[in-house]
Amino acid sequence: MKRLHNPGADAIKTKGWLRANKWLLARRFTQLSILLLFLLGPWFGIWLIKGNLNSSLILNVLPLTDPFVLLQSLISGHIPEATAITGAIIVLVFYMLVGGRVYCSWVCPVNMITDAAHWLRERLGISGASRLSRNTRYWLLGAVLVLALSTGSIAWETVNPVSMVHRGLIFGMGLAWVVIVAVFMFDFLVSRRGWCSHLCPVGAFYSALGTHSLVRVRADARDQCDDCMDCFIVCPEQQVIRPALKGADKGIGPVITSANCTNCGRCIDVCAKDVFHFGNRFNNQSYNNPVHEHTHERNKEHTNHSTGAEVL
Amino acid sequence: MNTPSPEKKRSAPNSASRRRFLVDTARTAGSIVLFSLGVGLYSRQSASTPAQALRPPGALDEDKFLGACVRCGLCVRDCPFDTLDLAKLGDPVTTGTPYFIARDVPCEMCDDIPCVKACPTGALDHSLENIDDARMGLAVLIDEENCLNFQGLRCDVCYRVCPAIDKAITLELESNMRSGKHAVFIPTVHSDHCTGCGKCERACVLEEAAIKILPIQLAKGELGHHYRWGWKEKDKAGSSLVTPDVQHRYNLPQGQRYDYDGKGLIFDENNGSSSETPFDSNPLNTLKRGMEQDQ
Ligand code: SF4
Ligand code: SF4
Ligand code: SF4
Ligand code: SF4
Repeated sequence: MKRLHNPGADAIKTKGWLRANKWLLARRFTQLSILLLFLLGPWFGIWLIKGNLNSSLILNVLPLTDPFVLLQSLISGHIPEATAITGAIIVLVFYMLVGGRVYCSWVCPVNMITDAAHWLRERLGISGASRLSRNTRYWLLGAVLVLALSTGSIAWETVNPVSMVHRGLIFGMGLAWVVIVAVFMFDFLVSRRGWCSHLCPVGAFYSALGTHSLVRVRADARDQCDDCMDCFIVCPEQQVIRPALKGADKGIGPVITSANCTNCGRCIDVCAKDVFHFGNRFNNQSYNNPVHEHTHERNKEHTNHSTGAEVL
Repeated sequence: MNTPSPEKKRSAPNSASRRRFLVDTARTAGSIVLFSLGVGLYSRQSASTPAQALRPPGALDEDKFLGACVRCGLCVRDCPFDTLDLAKLGDPVTTGTPYFIARDVPCEMCDDIPCVKACPTGALDHSLENIDDARMGLAVLIDEENCLNFQGLRCDVCYRVCPAIDKAITLELESNMRSGKHAVFIPTVHSDHCTGCGKCERACVLEEAAIKILPIQLAKGELGHHYRWGWKEKDKAGSSLVTPDVQHRYNLPQGQRYDYDGKGLIFDENNGSSSETPFDSNPLNTLKRGMEQDQ
């Protein structure tokens, strides 16, 4: 996909740079803060939090455990101690409320790598479609669980880039930088948004968690949309926007309900018309606004366009 | 770019898209199978841990451990002696799992076992309450040729540093065959007390330790399951377990008896004269006895 214009340029003009990058900045701040919290211990001896994303202990009292890794452990045949179960339930409930893939866009360290790769890819105008299906990640998720059953061990952890990067930063990299480079190169050269939006089984698991999450991005002001396409261009999961943004005449409500939405809020940032905002999943009725002949035709154009984008 | 091409619309779109769907599905399924095989094999391969890498106290058996440990490193963090390490990618131990190398930093056998308490999953078994019950491995005096004590010197360092001195490791006296007149003090490890902490291996004064901690399954033999030590079974039962011997009867010549209580062969006094024996005093006559009949 050639960059026609700089997505978000209009938004910067109308809203100012800061407001047009508000959620992106908040996200980077959160990602880095979480990483820093984990690093305070090993770097400065300040042990607010110990462990890593797989399981950790905050202030020596609050346990947190990744429910995905614990699920694999369960399937492999181990009954964990109460601490890990408590930790997993806390994490589970949190993401079920705020959206599973909030893990991806606000916590996961790999996200910064793949976002960087994507940025560079767009910068250099690298196109080239790889025919990866976005459903591949669910197949991989299934494969990971089957592997836990058939090997009786948490086999996925021997290759999982997510925990490898995080553990590497905190406990020592070893050769894990190879994994970082591999993921970066894959997203940079091979497949657009290849890892996070097509393959990562961790993301797939969290997306399954967030199917009924309360916090959702809403396109309540969708009748303001001037079809600039900026939100589609920046969204890592483009397919989730269309129903909410363009579904008014089909009776679809304005809430982005797809669990694949990472709640990254980038669409909110780049929209010069302030169509999107964070909200809840309720009140998702479509008020069938009278549709002008004009906008209707333009909608059709976009339908074609965005199916194209989906394949990328 | 990917706008549907006109030809596609003309050729029956249903069958074309169905074919494409099937091909895509098959391709995905194939890749997933390859992926699973790859990861499965790799995880198997990387599960073969070298003998020097020991698991923390209370670790479950290796095959269970790899399903139980979530690779969080909380045990590593709570070890006050920095004994433990999380395996990095490229280390010869399964990535992300805790281990220690005794020769580098042994386990100090903390009374409160903080590493086990820290483990959220129970991969380090919380039922381990007394560190003396830990079995991280077993010390083996592996190189008798270089061990100083084996040569008759009094190094004794491994023995002295052992937290379970005189139980896990003892010095056994044997005669020194080299000098012919001295003793050697053989450091001898006893598996019922050795925790595998590794202090002996750490302390061994040689360039390369003569005593090493091995994983239990490497260090120990195992008796055939039908095998019993006779003397132990006898002690347990209080008497011999096989049917008591029928008293053996000697077919002794008349006038002789055998005393089973230790006196042995007895010649009865009253018929003790040699004339009572069936044998002639001249041995030649005895030899000729059968022949006389023939003639
Ligand atoms: S998809 Fe996977 S790698 Fe990407 S952000 Fe989510 S968990 Fe991280
Ligand atoms: S018992 Fe103590 S020294 Fe040994 S591994 Fe555990 S915390 Fe470390
Ligand atoms: S604390 Fe337990 S789960 Fe965590 S790394 Fe250590 S053994 Fe594994
Ligand atoms: S490993 Fe060595 S020092 Fe530790 S208990 Fe066994 S014999 Fe003693």
